[in-house]
Amino acid sequence: MTLYDIIFYLFALVTISSAYLVVTVRNIVYSAFSLLFTLFGIAGLYALLGADFVAIVQLIVYVGGILILMIFGVMLTNKITNVQIKTGVFQILPATIGVGIFGGFLLAVLLNTNWLNLNVKDSPATTFQLGQLLMNEWVLPFELLGIVLLIALLGAASIARK
Amino acid sequence: MLEQYLPVFIVLGIAIVFGVATVLSSIIFGPQRPTTEKLSTYESGMKPVGTTKERVSIKYYLIAMLFIIFDLEVIFVYPWAVQFKKLFHEFGISVFISMFIFLVIFEIGYLYVYKKGGFKWD
Repeated sequence: MTLYDIIFYLFALVTISSAYLVVTVRNIVYSAFSLLFTLFGIAGLYALLGADFVAIVQLIVYVGGILILMIFGVMLTNKITNVQIKTGVFQILPATIGVGIFGGFLLAVLLNTNWLNLNVKDSPATTFQLGQLLMNEWVLPFELLGIVLLIALLGAASIARK
Repeated sequence: MLEQYLPVFIVLGIAIVFGVATVLSSIIFGPQRPTTEKLSTYESGMKPVGTTKERVSIKYYLIAMLFIIFDLEVIFVYPWAVQFKKLFHEFGISVFISMFIFLVIFEIGYLYVYKKGGFKWD
């Protein structure tokens, strides 16, 4: 077991345990905060896979942006914290059949896939390559992206202010 | 590859250790003689009113919504900015111009929101 493996299992543990808390905790505010650690753990896994830019995007957009919106959504809603969320076990038989079929399907895919055997442990940083591509080959889509973001901003502004 | 992330892990480690150590050390080493006055939210001030689960204003949400779009814009500046010198050597002034156009397109939206009063707090 190398250092790489230890760090991977550490991030996987953070992701899975906090994801478990997201669905089982009864207080929705705690649930939203657990989601923070889930998203953070996923960012760590991206970084370990050699996708450093995706990891940064995950941190900035999901942890820094989307999660804030979710927590505000919780805090804006009246008496949402007093609602009893059902986390008990019910409908066991249909659930077992459904999860069994879906789990079997996932397992079949897992076993039959030819996993791409990349050596991610010594892959170079991708951010510079991305910058090169954005400035050279994909410069027109890049400018179009500016227009797409502009439209999103105009839409948000007109919703915010009638 | 892991060597590149060593500074990140060091910062992460220091942050976690510092946060846990300061809280724990004040629990362990600080003298604790609690009274009802000391345990109240404000020891000398107004009595707290209502619960902590108050609704916040919708204005926060609107600002957060605008923030995410600016956040997305910054994401695309990031791969350009971290290696600007290398990109400049490779492609010349066009690197600067294409980013300038991108930002100008976006700033039109910024001006629109500003004129519409999207950043006003009332």
